[in-house]
Parts: sequence; structure tokens; C-alpha cells
Amino acid sequence: MRVLEARDVVSGYGEVEILHGVSIGVEEGEIVTIIGPNGAGKSTLMKTMFGLLPVRKGKVFFAGEDVTGLAPQVMVGKGMCYVPQSDNVFPTLTIHENLEMGAFIRRDNYRGRMQEIYGLFPDLAERRGVRAGKLSGGQRQMLALARALMLEPRVLLLDEPSASLAPNMVELVFAKIQEINRSGVAMVMVEQNARHALALSHRGYVLAMGQNRLEGTGEGLLNNEEVGKLYLGG
Amino acid sequence: MVRSLTRTAALIGRARREYAGQVEQVGTVGLWLLIGLLLVVGVVYARQYLVTGIIVGSIIALGALGITLIYGILKFGHFAHGDMMMFGAYVALGAFVGGGSIGPLSFGWGMILAIFVSMTALGAGSIAIDRLVYRPLRQRGSSAVVLAIASLGVAIVLRAVMLLWWGPDQQLYVSGIHPAKDFPFDIKLKPDQIFIVATAFLLMTLVYLLLFRTKMGKAMRAMSDNADLARVTGIDTEQVVMWTWIIGGALAAVAGILLGIQSNMKPELGFTLLLPLFAGAVLGGLGSPQGAFVGAMIVGISQEVFVGIDLPFPPFGVPGYKPAVAFGILILILLVRPRGLFGKT
Repeated sequence: MRVLEARDVVSGYGEVEILHGVSIGVEEGEIVTIIGPNGAGKSTLMKTMFGLLPVRKGKVFFAGEDVTGLAPQVMVGKGMCYVPQSDNVFPTLTIHENLEMGAFIRRDNYRGRMQEIYGLFPDLAERRGVRAGKLSGGQRQMLALARALMLEPRVLLLDEPSASLAPNMVELVFAKIQEINRSGVAMVMVEQNARHALALSHRGYVLAMGQNRLEGTGEGLLNNEEVGKLYLGG
Repeated sequence: MVRSLTRTAALIGRARREYAGQVEQVGTVGLWLLIGLLLVVGVVYARQYLVTGIIVGSIIALGALGITLIYGILKFGHFAHGDMMMFGAYVALGAFVGGGSIGPLSFGWGMILAIFVSMTALGAGSIAIDRLVYRPLRQRGSSAVVLAIASLGVAIVLRAVMLLWWGPDQQLYVSGIHPAKDFPFDIKLKPDQIFIVATAFLLMTLVYLLLFRTKMGKAMRAMSDNADLARVTGIDTEQVVMWTWIIGGALAAVAGILLGIQSNMKPELGFTLLLPLFAGAVLGGLGSPQGAFVGAMIVGISQEVFVGIDLPFPPFGVPGYKPAVAFGILILILLVRPRGLFGKT
């Protein structure tokens, strides 16, 4: 079953239309990567699906339900979480408090979930009293992922999770993303680091100038001649 | 003449840019030294004034705490805060029926009841004003300047209501003479003044516990850090805004009442309060609750100690220079360390 779907979505900022009718679909448990040149509308698509930008035309479905135009707070409640590219932790709050904020809308007891998350991110467990502003770029990215997982989402939207990270941290973050995915969370990623991201993705979409250009399996796109020439640096 | 002046100005500007880092470091050390010096001078030469400073400082701190919380969450300077304090004082005057007695205090349990009535009224009133004025502006995406000017308008309306309802003359909760008692180290204190400091510190402790121990308090700090991320995380930001107004309004009410107990009430007093309130909040670093406390204490103490030091030139020895002291502190901090003692970079 498709857990997330965008159907002919038109969106943009102010007067400027950036997406001119884009469609993507994410099956349960999949990792889907969206690649494309700068300005193709990758991040815009993600923000529109999550409700941060209004949908001008088209529809967004979550697990078969029409969620077009709903606010981010509602999306979060339904099981869709989003990790922004930068400034994605609360710097003056401790690691533990950041995770508590991730569970803000939960009315039940989430102690068990907290333990699971600390089990998944042992580095964070060791430093739970440290302010997030003191963490390195890679650790912040891990905390941002951990916070988004507090709600046990069915889909996680990741906006450039490897941006501005040291190469060894990129490896770690991608490995963690795969590990989270194996626990049953579907992922949609926008990535500059396209080769690396496609290698671990089940499927991928190529956007160009606000429209669908290509789609295929991760491996298929990696070996595609056009994709190789245009987006993977030859 | 003009040319040499502009040249000097350009030179100073270049030096400031080049040594910006050092200016802040040296300035910060200098600032703390000055604060230390002030305390030492106060303890040695002007003990009575230092104690008065602590009383005034704890009243300012309650107001500055509200200003800094509102700034952190809503990102605008709330210029109606001084008038809100005075309004709180007048509401308590209206609700104060006397009766009961608490030890040596000049008032009884009726005042405690009046304080709760005023806190409730101001908390609810602040939400009403937000719904009426600030929320529509917020939803329209208005800038911080627009919101600050709107709050100036709210301040004028509040003052007008106070003038119409309670008149322009100064008023007291309890008239009569309440002698001060002698304490060690040549300090004289009225029982009421101990009540003021105790109440202020109790409330500040409660706010601290709220911010660092409760879920809503943590959400307030999170929203103060990054409102967009708070929204994306699922935090109900309108609920956070509502709680911010409840706390800010209730604290302002108590601050105003304590000021009324310490001296008297007058509708115009609210506006003159803005300066020490903002000087305290900015000195501590806008958005930082601990900073608001420290900053307000420093402003309160320096205002009084400068009056207490008997030197034949301003700003010493003359009560009329109190606002000048607050202004001086504000200018100094903005030049040397604009983010304040505890502010974020």
C-alpha cells in the first residue's frame, strides 16, 4: 500500500510557481530518494507534502487518506514527520529535552519509546544532559532524526540529511537511516549526495524544473546513462 | 572642522569593526568588574541604599522576566508592560477590601486575595488583548516593529482607562505610618519590604521550575529557540503563546502591586517604568530568563546606590538622576555587548 502519495502537485512561494504538477509515491517500508539539479523543486515538494506550503493544485494522500492542505501539526499526528535541512535541533535545550519535545503531542506514557530511541542512538544516551547547541554537526543530525522518531512515524521526510557533514559522519548518518528503515519506517529523502543516497534507496525520482523527469529503482537510476551524465558527475 | 570630524568618525568605525571581538571580550570583563565594584561600594558606603536597590530590583525583575519571555516567544518588545504593571496594581486596589492581618505587615489576608484576583484578571486580560490585537497582526505576518508599535498603542489605551477609572492622583493601599525596624549592619527595613522581596523571589522560583521542569515550560524555551522547528515538531505554538501571556500578565500584576506597596500608584508611573524594565531585560540578554533576573537586580541596585553615594557631581546623590543611571547602563551594554550578559549570539 502507498503510505504517501503526491498527485500532480502544483506549489511555490508567493508569485513564483516552482512545482508544475509533480507526482511521487512511497510504498510502505521503502526508502525513496528525490534527486535533481538546484531549483528543481525537491525541497519544495517535501514542504508541500508536509503542509508547510499550500497545495495550489493536485492532491496529497497519506495511507490512502486525502491530507491535502492540512497543517504540519495535523500531519505529525497522523504519522508523518519531517526533519529540516538546517537548524533542526533546539540549541538551548538538552538532548533529553529535545526528545521530549519530539513527543510533545503524545498524551500517553512515552518512556518506553524514549528507551528504544536511546538504544538506537547510544551516543545520545550517554550525553542526554548536554545542550544540543554544544553537539557537532553529525551528532545534531542524529538528534534531529531521533527527535522525529519519538512519534513512531510511518513516514519520515528528510531534507538533505548529509548536507554540510564531514565525510565519515555522512557514512554514519546514512547507515543510521538504513537501520531506521529496517525497523519499518518509510523514508523520503532529498539529497545532494545522490550517488550515495540512490545506492541505499529502493526507488528514486528525478525532478527537473518542477516536473517529473525520470523514475526507477535506486540501482536502475544509478546505472542510467542520462542520470549519470547530468546528476552524478559523469 | 567637519572634515576632520567625519575622518575621526570613519577611523573609529574602522577600529570598531576590526577589533569587534576584542571589544566584546574586554567590554564583558569590564562590565562584570564594574558590577562588582558597584556591589563593593554599595556594601561599604551605602548599605541602606543597596538594600533598597534589592527591593526595587526584585520588583523590576518580575516585570523584566515577562518582557524577556514575551520577546523570546513572540520576538517583539512589549512596550505595554509598564502600564500592565500599573493596571495590575489598580485592579488589586479595587479588589482590596482590607480585613485580616498577617503579623507586622501593613495589610492583611485581603491583600493576598487581591493579588490573586489581579493576577487572574491580568492573565485573562493579556490573552484577550493578544486575540484582539497581536494575533491578527501575527497571522498577517507583521514585522516586529509593527507589533512593538501596536503594544505602544495598547499601553496608551491602558493608561487612559486607568485615568478614567481611578483618576490621576496618586493612591495608596493602606495609609498611615508604618515604621521601619532596625536590622544588623545599620539597615532599616519595613516588614512590607521583606514581603516584597520574598514574594518576588518565590514567583521567580516558580517560573524557573515551570520553564525547566514542565512540558509547557520546555515548549516555551523550544519555541524561543526556533519557532519554525517548534511548529514542525508538532508543538502547539498558539497554546505556547497563550501560556506566555498568562505568565507575563500575572507577573506584571504582582510586580505592579509590589511597587504600589513599596511606594504608591499613579497611572503615569507605568510608562516611566519601561526604561528600567527594558534596561534590565537587555542587560541580561533579551530572551534569557536568568539574564532578566540578574540584569534587573543590577539596574535596581545601581539606581539606588548612585543616589546613596555622596559625591558633589551627577549622577551621584540626587534621586532625579535614577533614570539617567538606567539609561547609562542601557547605552553601555548596547555599545559593548549588545546580546547582553546571558544572551545568545
